[in-house]
Amino acid sequence: MPETLKPETEDQLLEAVKWAVSEKTPMEVVAGGTKRHFGRPMQTSATLDMSAIAGVMTYEPEELFVTAKAGTPMAALTAALDEKGQQFSFEPPDLGPLLGSGVDKGTIGGIVATNLAGPRRIKEGAARDHLLGFHAVSGRGEVFKSGGTVVKNVTGFDLSKLMAGSFGTLAVMSQVTLKVLPQPEKIRTLLVRWRADGIYDHGAMKVMSKALGSSHDVSGAAHLPALAAASSSVDYVSGSGGGVTALRIEGPGPSVEHRAEALKAEIKDFGMLEELHTTNSKTFWREVRDVRPFVGRDDVPYIWRISVPPADGSRIALAILETLKGEVYYDWGGGQIWMALRPVVNAGAEVIRSAIAKTGGHATLVRAPADIRAEVPVMQPQSDAEAEITKKVKEGFDPEGVLNPGRMYPGV
Amino acid sequence: MEMPKPDDTVIARRAELAAALREIVPGEGVIDTDEELRAFDCDGLMAYKQLPLIVVLPETTEQVSAVLKYCHENNVKIVPRGAGTGLSGGAMPLADAITLGLGKFKKILDIDFENRCVVTQPGVTNLGITQAVEHAGFYYAPDPSSQIACSIGGNVAENSGGVHCLKYGLTTNNVLGVEIVLMNGEVVRFGGKHMDAGGYDLLGVITGSEGLLGVITEVTVRILRKPEVARALLIGFPTMIDAGKCVADVIAAGIIPGGMELMDKPTIHATEDFVHAGYPLDVEGLMIVELDGPEAEVAYLVERVEDIARACNASTIRISESEDERMRFWSGRKNAFPAIGRISPDYICVDGTIPRKKLAEVLERMQGLSDKHGLRVANVFHAGDGNLHPLVLFDANQPGELESAEKLCADILTLCVEVGGVLSGEHGIGVEKRDLMGTMFTEDDLKQQQRVKCAFDPGHLLNPGKVYPELHRCAELGKMHVHHGKLPFPDIPRF
Repeated sequence: MPETLKPETEDQLLEAVKWAVSEKTPMEVVAGGTKRHFGRPMQTSATLDMSAIAGVMTYEPEELFVTAKAGTPMAALTAALDEKGQQFSFEPPDLGPLLGSGVDKGTIGGIVATNLAGPRRIKEGAARDHLLGFHAVSGRGEVFKSGGTVVKNVTGFDLSKLMAGSFGTLAVMSQVTLKVLPQPEKIRTLLVRWRADGIYDHGAMKVMSKALGSSHDVSGAAHLPALAAASSSVDYVSGSGGGVTALRIEGPGPSVEHRAEALKAEIKDFGMLEELHTTNSKTFWREVRDVRPFVGRDDVPYIWRISVPPADGSRIALAILETLKGEVYYDWGGGQIWMALRPVVNAGAEVIRSAIAKTGGHATLVRAPADIRAEVPVMQPQSDAEAEITKKVKEGFDPEGVLNPGRMYPGV
Repeated sequence: MEMPKPDDTVIARRAELAAALREIVPGEGVIDTDEELRAFDCDGLMAYKQLPLIVVLPETTEQVSAVLKYCHENNVKIVPRGAGTGLSGGAMPLADAITLGLGKFKKILDIDFENRCVVTQPGVTNLGITQAVEHAGFYYAPDPSSQIACSIGGNVAENSGGVHCLKYGLTTNNVLGVEIVLMNGEVVRFGGKHMDAGGYDLLGVITGSEGLLGVITEVTVRILRKPEVARALLIGFPTMIDAGKCVADVIAAGIIPGGMELMDKPTIHATEDFVHAGYPLDVEGLMIVELDGPEAEVAYLVERVEDIARACNASTIRISESEDERMRFWSGRKNAFPAIGRISPDYICVDGTIPRKKLAEVLERMQGLSDKHGLRVANVFHAGDGNLHPLVLFDANQPGELESAEKLCADILTLCVEVGGVLSGEHGIGVEKRDLMGTMFTEDDLKQQQRVKCAFDPGHLLNPGKVYPELHRCAELGKMHVHHGKLPFPDIPRF
């Protein structure tokens, strides 16, 4: 039976990793376990459970940062920030429901390790842009740190960027420091309603491009074709009877009203307009963030996250859906496509990846049964040169391959 | 400060190397006479000068690739150089290395308003990008003070900041993609017009790597629409403690200004004498707060900042009523360095970051350090993000003053680290702060960073002697120290 180690201190964590190194025992690193099935299935013989290394260590609202142990639940962190009127501006998603592992169970370590970001990515960046520093134990069994608690920092290589999105394959983070920012006073969402899907998606890309290219500081731009829109719990969205493009404006009260009016005037020719106020806006954008349109949908087992140049979003998505059966919705102004596919050979990987080959981008298979994830490259395949560097970076941090081996790429 | 001992055998091969490089970069792209090399003997850190062995100025990625491949095969070191405006000596030449200048990469390749990005060659200036898109109301947000001269390639290499980073992020938050040439001549692309990498964020690692990992030959940056209006408040304080409190209070109120700058008395006087910006001379600290956005938002925030400033004992508050006036407020701050240059024969610009709340403490202790070393310090800060730029004034013609200035700089940076800050906010480590890395990092921390270097440049041929006080051989860094045995920590909960 695989062994589970559950360290409670940084020292114990170090000992656990050292043990794995000395015994050459590959370990699966988990905490909340919400994204356990995100990535390639691994052949590990032990589990490193980080959920006991939890708790907020330092939270200084006026310095705009929080330091927490990596296993701290997002729910606890969000509550602490809420109390001070602050937030993680990159809108970390909760993929638990999508991946069938429940609501609100994710941890900050998991968010950073997968470099996730919600709709505000277009304005504020992803987890990578908010991780100011960390402490970790490398796969060499050594404690190291990088970064700090301040935003402006060019002191040595930026290992925070490397840790964000490395899926625990390089080192086990014990504590992370993230930037926090004030919550907006007010939120307003403009909805443009469309009669039908298909080529109307191209119109949606144009509205979003226009809005994001305006001076109104749009912090969310998503397009939900009819089926996705119908799944919303916000009546104005689900009852629209067609597709909905949503544009979010946030900030101090007077500013939000001014900008919403100005933006409305600029996009009025595109179609019917509706408005969501703060509460409905919050619900709606949480749904977009957490991929709610595809939660609980067993008829579409394969979920892809495709990142492309935003203006090309609909063209690429519709080209894929000419060959494959499925549904789609767009975030990041078209730059992030969430695609749900019906059962199909290799989860449709070849079709999807050849569709993005020309514009550049990457496609990640976020949800699929284990046998498919073992066969199909879950992460975007790399060029030879990239693969070579990736392999060497892995060797520099985890030469014995004891940390989440093969989670991203075979042999890494 | 000591540089690695030059390799005389390489120096002896100068003529042979120059001839081989001319085969790759024809015409005037290879420079090997002392007279002409003189123009490249330092970067913006002018206290240290060194003639490069040879300067090569390629014009295409293919040439860069061929030069690096040749140098890789011949074990010759490379110092990459952008516009040479860096302040930490990152592009300082080495006697046995080729300086590879990207100054001829001056084309903007693609302006894509729909995707809100620009693809450019690395030699284009920071301001050049804004100038190429401003007709459509767009701009590139990071704005280092040297923006008319510094190149975007250099900005990426140093992860440059600027006044507007507080609200709009550093270079690393505004770069979408790069093409780089590895030391072995291989050309790799990270990122593009899309967001986030699929695998390891190597784009993020390249940014701020100070020319140690690869040579940047193309950059994709995101551009933003210009805000409707920008207004600046010029606020004077009777003490720097009041000024520091105001900075913290504005941020604590949930306001993130477009820029928030602070100057101390010596700087106020020097700049006022130089540009006549109309700064009040009877204050100890002068703050410029810029608020940008739609008129309604700016008007609302100006009022709130004004209230906070009054509560912090502000003695004068002026609000810009026109674009001209706003520019005048900024003129002093933007000319602070040349203004200081008028009152002191030489100065070194220090660049550390501290937690905002430590501002008053650091200023007081810095005064003590200034007295101890007998040198004057003038201060300008990107106060909003705690980024200090103390200017250490000295006269290099006075024996011992450069050494005292170096010591004072080191003491100031050590102080920054001691109060919870970092050695560099936006200028990089280069050679200037290299030997202080140990104040912030343990040996294990530094070794782990160097293992990234090994993945890109195992022979340590790219920009050696910069950033890291001691480069360990990659073979040594790769060794594992494993203690075999049973789990030695019996009290770890196991299931």
